[in-house]
Amino acid sequence: MSNALSASWFKALPANMFSGFVVSLIALPLGLGLAIASGMPPISGIIGAVVGGAVVAVLGGSHLTITGPGNGLVVVLLGAVYTLGGGDLTQGYLFTLAAIICSGGLLLVFGFLRLGGLSEFFPASAIQGMLAAIGLTILIKQWFVMFGDMGAQGDFFSLLQQVPDSVSKAFGANRETQMAGAIVGLVSLLIMVGYSKIRSRVFHLVPAPMWVVLFAVGVSYYYEFFSESAYPIPVELMIQIPENLFGELPVPDFSLLNSMAFWGVVFSITLIASIESLLSIKAVDKLDPDKRRSNANKDLKALGIATIASGFVGGMNVVTVIARSSVNVNNKATNRSANFFHALFLFLSVLVFQEQIKRIPLPALAAILVYTGYKLASPDTLKQVYTVGKEQLFIFVITLVSTLLTNLITGIFIGVLITFLTHVFVTKSLWRFLRNILKPNVLMFMEPEKKTYYISVNHFCSFLNFYKLKDKLDAVPQNQHLVLDFSFCPFVDHSAMENLSNYQVLFERKGGSFELIGLDIHQADSAHPFAMRKLISLPKIRFIQRFLTNRQEQLKSLAEDSEWVYEATPKKKKLSLSKHIYFDAKTVERVYNLCESNDGTFRVFDVDYSEGAFIAKENVRSSVMLIRSSRPLPQFRLDREGLIEKIYHLAGFDDINLHNHPDFSKRFYLMGDDPKQIRTFFNDAIVGFLLESPDYHLESNGKELLIQHYTRLATVREFEQLRVFGVALKKIAAL
Amino acid sequence: MSAVSYKTIVVGVAFSPTLKPNLFEAIRLARLFGAQLVLVHVGVKSSIKVEKIKRVFEAFGEKPPRHEMVWQEGKPVDVLLEACSAKNADLLMVGAMQREALFTYYVGSVARKLTRKAPCDVLLLIKPSIDRVACQHVVVNGLEHPKTKEAIATSFFVAQSLGAKKITIVEEIPEKDVKVKVDDDWSLRKATIMKERIKVKENSRVQKILSSLSTTLPKGLLLQIQPIFGRRGYSIGHYAKVVRADLLVMNAPKPSSLWDRIFPHDIEYILSDLPTDVLIVRHE
Repeated sequence: MSNALSASWFKALPANMFSGFVVSLIALPLGLGLAIASGMPPISGIIGAVVGGAVVAVLGGSHLTITGPGNGLVVVLLGAVYTLGGGDLTQGYLFTLAAIICSGGLLLVFGFLRLGGLSEFFPASAIQGMLAAIGLTILIKQWFVMFGDMGAQGDFFSLLQQVPDSVSKAFGANRETQMAGAIVGLVSLLIMVGYSKIRSRVFHLVPAPMWVVLFAVGVSYYYEFFSESAYPIPVELMIQIPENLFGELPVPDFSLLNSMAFWGVVFSITLIASIESLLSIKAVDKLDPDKRRSNANKDLKALGIATIASGFVGGMNVVTVIARSSVNVNNKATNRSANFFHALFLFLSVLVFQEQIKRIPLPALAAILVYTGYKLASPDTLKQVYTVGKEQLFIFVITLVSTLLTNLITGIFIGVLITFLTHVFVTKSLWRFLRNILKPNVLMFMEPEKKTYYISVNHFCSFLNFYKLKDKLDAVPQNQHLVLDFSFCPFVDHSAMENLSNYQVLFERKGGSFELIGLDIHQADSAHPFAMRKLISLPKIRFIQRFLTNRQEQLKSLAEDSEWVYEATPKKKKLSLSKHIYFDAKTVERVYNLCESNDGTFRVFDVDYSEGAFIAKENVRSSVMLIRSSRPLPQFRLDREGLIEKIYHLAGFDDINLHNHPDFSKRFYLMGDDPKQIRTFFNDAIVGFLLESPDYHLESNGKELLIQHYTRLATVREFEQLRVFGVALKKIAAL
Repeated sequence: MSAVSYKTIVVGVAFSPTLKPNLFEAIRLARLFGAQLVLVHVGVKSSIKVEKIKRVFEAFGEKPPRHEMVWQEGKPVDVLLEACSAKNADLLMVGAMQREALFTYYVGSVARKLTRKAPCDVLLLIKPSIDRVACQHVVVNGLEHPKTKEAIATSFFVAQSLGAKKITIVEEIPEKDVKVKVDDDWSLRKATIMKERIKVKENSRVQKILSSLSTTLPKGLLLQIQPIFGRRGYSIGHYAKVVRADLLVMNAPKPSSLWDRIFPHDIEYILSDLPTDVLIVRHE
């Protein structure tokens, strides 16, 4: 086994080596750029990527991720270098290294505490708002560098005011040197933006950031060898790397260990690093062609160790990065060795191309970062958030603005708070959340007959308690069938819906199924599948369903496939349900998701009804099929023995035995007032068919046959089974 | 171990709008169990009250079971508990709010105190009804606990008396018993195998309890064993809600402190959010 494994590992080596090489082409300019943007020496970004790639490749728990310096950290690190150093960048760098090492230790602890689910505690829209704020900050800071202006200072909003001036300043009179830098910067930006528009396979062999580097270095060589005039870009706009890479290593300065500001930085770095990493790991799992599941806790530990190591040799902290990881997947990497090769090639290229790296002007790197920043905060994100719902846009904008006004940590926590308040406002109930937040709310068991995993969620399901549901979901093998029932859960938020749709993808990829039921009568304010869904006090809500759930969309397409008519909310049609004894003592509250054959012979639908009255009232949801018979039927009811959930007063009715089918009689209760007719009706063909089918409740009122799915709403699969069963039964019984 | 039976049922009587449904349920149960009723009212006797009770009995129509009234002033909990001891009651019936308000939750409602201190079994009714709602499905806990055997025997007796069709014994297995933390595909596979093993073990434990019972499974009753991996005390309540059980039979709880209510566990979950009628088995 291990031989076979190692053989296949060696076989996959060239592919991983190639992929690692391509990724290193991106990692080189990004590493340099991110380090400069963080106010650290350019080489520290490369160190972070080399150490990170090597360590996590050996110790990590994911398969296709690439590790190195990340976008999210830029803003925190820049702040740290300035505040900790009190303006002295060199000293600030040494203090920041100490903070990076401490945060590595914290990450390691997070890993041991199994906090791999930490990112679930942050609402999706708040995280997006925070990422957009990071993107905007990077964009605005690098904007000036791209125009060759190294002196721009101030916070986000004061910089924003200077943006119009930056262009005129760069192209103003007597500014030839700055103008040269600005031109290189703008051409670089053009390369970044135009890259995806050029459809040439040869061109795409080299990633965009590397084209920028090739262009910038090419310009420098042009002036050296071909041009008469001197290289116009001044030294202060060129990259600075140490002459001797293995010379003096910086020594982290731990003297601020007992200051609050220091630990504030440590905490920020750790939080952002873990969120960025965990989100990336989750995203890469969805891309993995081999459908493996990453061990996020093991990855956290590896990232912690890598960060500590990187900090000691003067590098940035190490996180899992999504953009480089997805390039890795696209280049057909198959295992962690690709991450290692990315580190190795990066290391080699820094050794070999030291001279060339020194020829990269800062505006070119800044252009790469401006583009990265724009990607994080693009208007597309805004539009995407808006389509989920207005309240998500509200959360997004509040988080974005408060992050820009304060800092990342305060910003994200304001985002969390606002999300919670939005939930309270939308459900008009603070009490529901406070009362139930600490209680367990998820039940999972294996349905004895069907061998499906059944999960029911109580109270509410939001980012506050999603981890409880996640624990259960993770414990289900993804090639199995799982039914998730929200009938008792009047509120499901956007973060939960988004996470659930991830699970849906994972289950389907591995050949299982993941179906949500009980959400169809919840209200949503948008058509987006991730829109939060709420149910405010069942009897009171007006039943207007504007937006279909996933289940409803699927039911609709199933109905249309067989040329039936689907209606999500049929008008109060008389479905003559009350003529069945089953619905005798019940009040039908609502009929929905009606699938009807064109001639009206077959009708399948979900029904909510209540039993009893006043305080004894119980709400039941179920899926039912009605078949209109063309011939008169005997009146009867058929139930699986022991599966009857409620008995109705059927005085005088006894179990009718079919003498020639003892196995049938043993399995089913058959009741009716005319045993002779009933015995004639249940001929060999029908009995044989029923014995081989799933157990339903069958009931006839003389004209129509009612078939009910037991105990709960049917999943899409079961709904279709029910429909097929009914159609076949009509044929066999010649109804 | 003697066969389970209820001879004397104590029921608290308050002259509230729920008087009639409460009394109707009590009368019905007493008739089904063949027991006598002791109606306890905390307060002074008056001819109006006596008349009211008389009228409820008349409204019931059928022949009422043997019953007597106790009138006594004092604290409701103390009076009821005293009556239970004095009359040597087997069962105390209490109407309970399905969901307790914040204040009563932390300070302790009457129903909760009675549950803890009663010398006999306690039946908490969340939805007493004037019309009879048939009891179809009884859910009983199958914890590894000395009291469990008694709880299962009682559930058999009650199910038979009430004419239920199905009993489910729920084994709640704490997740930590699985010992394997699911991190990736490999650990998931291991955990799944482990769970299967635990299920088999638990099933044989319950089977052992069943075979040691002196009362056998009443005829016509379907017995199901449902293992659930989840928080003890919580899962069974949620399960009872999902399968719409009519009665939940539980072992008696240990005394609890304020701490237990702030950080609820075991039966606290059920008491704070009664999923259905609950019978708490305390008798030896």
